[in-house]
Amino acid sequence: MVSGPRFEPSLIKNKVKREDVYRKKKKAKSQDKLQRRLAQAKLEASDPAAKQKRKSENVPHTLDNQREFDPSILTAQPQASSSAVQLVDAPENTSPDANAQPANEAAADIASDEFAAYFESVLDPTIPPKVLVTTGFKATKATYDFCDEISTIFPGAEFIRRKKGKGFEMGKIAMWAGARGYTNLCVVNEDQKKPNAITLVHLPNGPTAYFKLTSIENSKRIRGHAKPTTHYPELVLNGFVTRLGHAVGRMFQTLFPPMPEFQGRQVVTLHNQRDFLFFRRHRYAFRSTEKVALQEIGPRFTLKLRWLTKGIPAVQHMGEPSKELQFDKGEQETTQPAEVERQEDSTEAGGEKSIVQPPRQDEYLWIWKPELETTRRTFFL
Amino acid sequence: MQSDDVIWSVINQQFCSYKVKTQTQNFCRNEYNVTGLCNRQSCPLANSRYATVREKEGVLYLYVKTIERAHSPAHMWERIKLSNNYMKALAQIDQELLYWPNFTIHKCKQRVTKITQYLLKMRRLRLRQQPKLIGVKKKLDRREAVRERKALSAAHLEASIEKELLERLKSKAYGDAPLNVNESVWQAVLDRERRAEKSAAGLAEEDLEMEDDETDEEDEEELQEEDGWGEREYVSDLSGDEEDDLSDMENLGDESDEQSGEDEEGSEEDDEPTLSLGKRKAKSAPSKKQSGKKPKRGPRVEVEYEQDTGTVPLTKQLLDNW
Repeated sequence: MVSGPRFEPSLIKNKVKREDVYRKKKKAKSQDKLQRRLAQAKLEASDPAAKQKRKSENVPHTLDNQREFDPSILTAQPQASSSAVQLVDAPENTSPDANAQPANEAAADIASDEFAAYFESVLDPTIPPKVLVTTGFKATKATYDFCDEISTIFPGAEFIRRKKGKGFEMGKIAMWAGARGYTNLCVVNEDQKKPNAITLVHLPNGPTAYFKLTSIENSKRIRGHAKPTTHYPELVLNGFVTRLGHAVGRMFQTLFPPMPEFQGRQVVTLHNQRDFLFFRRHRYAFRSTEKVALQEIGPRFTLKLRWLTKGIPAVQHMGEPSKELQFDKGEQETTQPAEVERQEDSTEAGGEKSIVQPPRQDEYLWIWKPELETTRRTFFL
Repeated sequence: MQSDDVIWSVINQQFCSYKVKTQTQNFCRNEYNVTGLCNRQSCPLANSRYATVREKEGVLYLYVKTIERAHSPAHMWERIKLSNNYMKALAQIDQELLYWPNFTIHKCKQRVTKITQYLLKMRRLRLRQQPKLIGVKKKLDRREAVRERKALSAAHLEASIEKELLERLKSKAYGDAPLNVNESVWQAVLDRERRAEKSAAGLAEEDLEMEDDETDEEDEEELQEEDGWGEREYVSDLSGDEEDDLSDMENLGDESDEQSGEDEEGSEEDDEPTLSLGKRKAKSAPSKKQSGKKPKRGPRVEVEYEQDTGTVPLTKQLLDNW
């Protein structure tokens, strides 16, 4: 066939002929491609090194491998700081302590956070951490169902209905639960009669993390799901890179007993992909050295971190004796110092009882804002 | 020139900008109206003698207007601050509105009551922690839903979980006698490792080409150590060093630990804290400890103990049924 601009099928006036030519051309093209690919497959079947080479050369661009790190300390690239310092320091030949410091610092930070007690195995590993699961005010059925599911996931979970009264703020509940030896509090929030958020509080000293909760699938709705057993599950935490990510991962880890019971063959996964935390629970069986069979137990849901605060949730008014109604502005100024003293008294009293009082105001470590996502390749966890 | 009747007739018959007409009754929107109704008695415009109670930033004031000041709108209202004590405020009204019509006194007192109540309620509400309401951002939700879907497809969840599990299996994170692995699969893993070691040893041979026999022996010994932890050897106590004795004692202790089953597996828990997330390794069995020691010479007997694991060991049937 003669090629060239003169024989473009679109230039042919006769429709039947034009279609015919076009079809033939298209077929020839696809055949050509197929032959090429077959030849390539044949070559690579005999020579796996060639396949390796091709794969290493043709890496597709994805959001994940072109990730940009947010420059703040919490969400910065973990290796970047240390490597940058190394690059600067190496020619100058300064002391090795200087370039080793940042990495150590990050590690030390992580090692000395609020979850350290769990990881230093001060606690008895056979006793699962006590997790209090509750709902927001006025929960509905979907939320209760979800809470039941959640309670089956954490071996030490206990579901308690949220009390209806006025004084049961989250901070107070966290305080009481911390005093009763709970190590975690999980509050399921709902909107439009559907669970829409989870607040995780590490007790007794915080931190508190608030997650958006989406795409919930209860176990029942998963086709061919397995039944859970009471064995302590294994954990897979994938893709947590930054300090913030590590904090979230470690927080999640503290919900589970430190020592899994492997004979249960249950694995709980929290997979971080582009800041979405995918929760899955499977039962596995090793079929061969290269193959694992997975059966989902459920439930499935997706979390997205919205904010992380330092302590337990804040309570603005801790039920102190109320001030008298005052209408005069002159009098108010005189009464304010007295009030401050009263506050100090209450904090001192709290310290003596060694019950962690909730703060007046939340101290945010990190808040998600839409404007933080300067590009679609920016991720924080 | 103040003429209440003329004003009222205009308001009533013609038009008043404060009047709100409803089907049943008319209301008044004037701030100085003491009842809020549109009638002759409570109209602040058509009454040259009038009194009401108003609240400004939590402070109650009694507003009084008299006919004497009607000519000067700027000074028409006399403002009297009321006490923040409810009873005192009522007494004050009685005192200020001495000889006024009962209607006015009564309505002013009613108004004091109502305002005090709503001030109290406002205060109480401010003390109570209200849930924070956040707006629904539809566009943001939609965008995040799309991103979540794409992230999910990029995650290849099952594949990544499988990969992680296999990695754990191969790195012996499950211990040397794992409870969660089929025997045949575990054997395959061990075989694979052995082969890798052999090939590594082969490479070393090619490189060095010396002391073949010794390396081979060492290999064998290593293999045996991997297989059986229940190695025994009988040595007279005269020839042995102190160190050897001690190590043997350790050995025995370890073995007895192993025999007592997996109940103790949980209790003898002293993992070193690692920074890697979610990777908790099972206790390494004593064979690993042994591998550090120098190989033993002499005859040996391999004894296999049956472990009482407390759970049913994995069989093919069980695996099929799970």
